[in-house]
Amino acid sequence: MTALLETRNVSKAYGPFRALDGVSIIVREGELVSVVGPNGAGKTTLVNLLTGLLAPTTGEVLFMGKSIIGVGPVELADHGLSRAFQLIQIFPQLTVAETIGAAVVSQQKKRWRLFSRLDADTEISARIRDVAEIFGLHHRLETVAAVLSQGEKKLLDVASAFALDPQVILLDEPTSGVSTAEKHGIMKTLIAAAKTAGVKAIVLVEHDMDLVAAYSDRIIALSGGKVLADLPPGRFFADPKLIEGVIGKRVSY
Amino acid sequence: MKFSRAGVVAIAGTAMLALVPVVAPPYYSGLMIPFFGYAIALLGFNLLFGYTGLLSFGHAMFLGFGAYGAAVMGAVLGVKSFEAVLLAVMLFAMAAALPIGLLCARYVGIFFGMLTLAFGMLFHSFLFKFYHLTGGDSGMRVPRMNILGLTFAQYNKIEFLAQPFYYYCLALLVLAGLLMWRIVHSPFGLHLRAIRDNPRKAEYLGVHVRRFRLAAFVISAAFGAAGGAILGFRIGLADPELVYWTQSGQLVFMAVLGGFSNFFGPIIGALTFTLLQDQLQSLTQYWRFVLGAILAIIVIGFPGGIAGVVDDLRGRFARSAP
Repeated sequence: MTALLETRNVSKAYGPFRALDGVSIIVREGELVSVVGPNGAGKTTLVNLLTGLLAPTTGEVLFMGKSIIGVGPVELADHGLSRAFQLIQIFPQLTVAETIGAAVVSQQKKRWRLFSRLDADTEISARIRDVAEIFGLHHRLETVAAVLSQGEKKLLDVASAFALDPQVILLDEPTSGVSTAEKHGIMKTLIAAAKTAGVKAIVLVEHDMDLVAAYSDRIIALSGGKVLADLPPGRFFADPKLIEGVIGKRVSY
Repeated sequence: MKFSRAGVVAIAGTAMLALVPVVAPPYYSGLMIPFFGYAIALLGFNLLFGYTGLLSFGHAMFLGFGAYGAAVMGAVLGVKSFEAVLLAVMLFAMAAALPIGLLCARYVGIFFGMLTLAFGMLFHSFLFKFYHLTGGDSGMRVPRMNILGLTFAQYNKIEFLAQPFYYYCLALLVLAGLLMWRIVHSPFGLHLRAIRDNPRKAEYLGVHVRRFRLAAFVISAAFGAAGGAILGFRIGLADPELVYWTQSGQLVFMAVLGGFSNFFGPIIGALTFTLLQDQLQSLTQYWRFVLGAILAIIVIGFPGGIAGVVDDLRGRFARSAP
């Protein structure tokens, strides 16, 4: 299978502190890869490298075979790499339709249309409706984002990232800040949406081992800035030492 | 639905403004000319403030580009057509706003505000100190010009301002309003509002944050210059006072007074301010004190401005109606 996203021997140092040290990972087509590890393991640094927010000290970051070092988020979005943040990011005063619409405008390359009517563009509104329907937000299209429930805000946050029609989507703890009751619902919606939308791979950064066990095709465990393991979930969870290294205590799954 | 309501407001407002020269004495029609100038400038100011989230404290600079541009073109170059002047000052303001915006639009919040203030003050000092070029504190004369190719020679200046030029400015405001309405309701306008609400998230949705801030700045400069040309034409003078930072503050005041979250808010603000200032000035020498108190009350009690209060009342009325 083709490698979509890849780091080759990547290190990131902040002064004497090495947040990442010789990390090589590959995300292939059709995979949901989870990145796990204790706090300070380098997960966020890795995600920031993968989304072009940070440049590595050494090593290479490739997306579809091309280096994305120093490429900003806008260009990455155009290339087909999309990201949803750990903390819910919304546009408080925009409606659900407008939030998704902002991404659709980018995706359809209609940014510089200064004088065309947004509400008369059937191509844009059709795409907004489609995306909203996938995420079950179609009955909330005219609702202002600020008044949505936490769960809906999270869905909207991710829905707008999906609306870019990405090849790969990076989800940074997509269920953080969401009730336990809602988290499986959200994960299932996300994965179903990814399939419908033709997303080729998902990178999931997650603390919740329950979700990691349930949905991953492969688990990459980081610890102290290094790759501790890169295994399918069956083999990962069969190794109690590994689990201990990642979450710090012995649990059984 | 939303569009039709705005359409009704716009048509009703235009109709009422069109009646002013018919029902009110010429003094009031003349008084309304600065309103048109400020309203057009504020449409641009609010694209930057209300829609992109950038508060400029130096917008009077663009008024100055318009007024001094009109003076240079009319008095020095002998251009007779006011439309040519409008077009030229708008283009010039956009060209000048590009390098200024490149520097300012890298910053947000107070830093953006202070930088725009700094550029505004630089331009004011230039106008004030380079006497041989700009006339210093006496300013530059803006001669009477043709509108739509007509001289209206039978009218004296006051009649000309109160009748043909009044309707001319009303038409310009309608035109500017329609243009701005299209801009804020375009895909481009949506991206601006996304930047205002959450620039970081916007970037990840493929929004060119810096470029769009710059674009909003450049567009707002053009509207500011058009407004400034009208202001200069009305008093027949491009005055450095028009560029002083208190003028920029006045624009902010008008936008807040009318309500910057509403498309029509700044226009309402400009109208209220113009009438209020005129009435207060004739009533008391402490008119600035009263204006200051009004601003404080608006900011503390009615942050949505007049448009916000109207919206609120309308909402309550709609809820209480059966």
